[in-house]
Amino acid sequence: MITLEHMLVLSGLLFALSVAGIFINRKNVILLLMCIELLLLSANFNFVAFSRYLGNIDGQVFVFFILTVAAAESAIGLAILVVLFRQRRSIDVEDMASLKG
Amino acid sequence: MLVQFLFYAFAAVLLGSAFGVITSRNPVHSALYLVLAFFTSAGLWLLIEAEFLAIVLVLVYVGAVMVLFLFVVMMLDINAEEVRKGFTRYAWLGWLTVLAVAFEIVGVVVVRRMGVDVTRVPVPVAADHSNTADLGAVLYTRYVYPFELAAVLLLVAIVAAIVLTMRKRKGLKLQDINAQVATQARDRVRIIKMAAERRE
Repeated sequence: MITLEHMLVLSGLLFALSVAGIFINRKNVILLLMCIELLLLSANFNFVAFSRYLGNIDGQVFVFFILTVAAAESAIGLAILVVLFRQRRSIDVEDMASLKG
Repeated sequence: MLVQFLFYAFAAVLLGSAFGVITSRNPVHSALYLVLAFFTSAGLWLLIEAEFLAIVLVLVYVGAVMVLFLFVVMMLDINAEEVRKGFTRYAWLGWLTVLAVAFEIVGVVVVRRMGVDVTRVPVPVAADHSNTADLGAVLYTRYVYPFELAAVLLLVAIVAAIVLTMRKRKGLKLQDINAQVATQARDRVRIIKMAAERRE
């Protein structure tokens, strides 16, 4: 059978991979948004696993809300990205240093 | 035994596709790997009997969010080779971080266990048990206000996304309803008095 340990280790590895993605992809904002989606997915894994294994349905309700917030976040993030690309013709994170003075 | 085999197969595909998301050079490939990751996650959630959320994950993420991602990736016309000429100079720090985070989380789960019995297996539910009905019974009673707030949040997201990306192009022919309604006969027709003329 799948134990709680299996699920927690899997979500921990997924979390670590997406954090690494945020570190190594500092050239492309779209990749950063995708890594944030993966991060939220690994958090959702924990919620679903604990909800099922502790027999409490509230965790799954939280996953529902996290999905809502993640959808809103990616919609607004991509809208900002489109506006940024129109202004600067680039989505490189290292180009966004105009406030440095 | 079959369940365990399926778990390991799905977990391998999930971690592999996550690796593909963060390392592939083309953003379109990354988005497609992310779709694969969401599908396998839905499979894993089905395995531990969270059916409703598995379906919602496929519908909302694969059906809406990832299509939006692909749309933006293809609309922006990014020069892929230009953007992904290689990882940044912090890449070694990233791989170091992945090792540290993975080691710590797995260590805490496997060794320390934090007072939770992690070796337990879920209580099996009856074949005709409805996960959706369970969720609905809680969502529309105890969590009804957060539910409404989530709806408001989505509305805010719609308005924000439209306001951010809307632009007025020059030379666009728009219908101005106010001007049309306020028009009076004298703006359109000019009545002039003139003497009769004889046709030649």
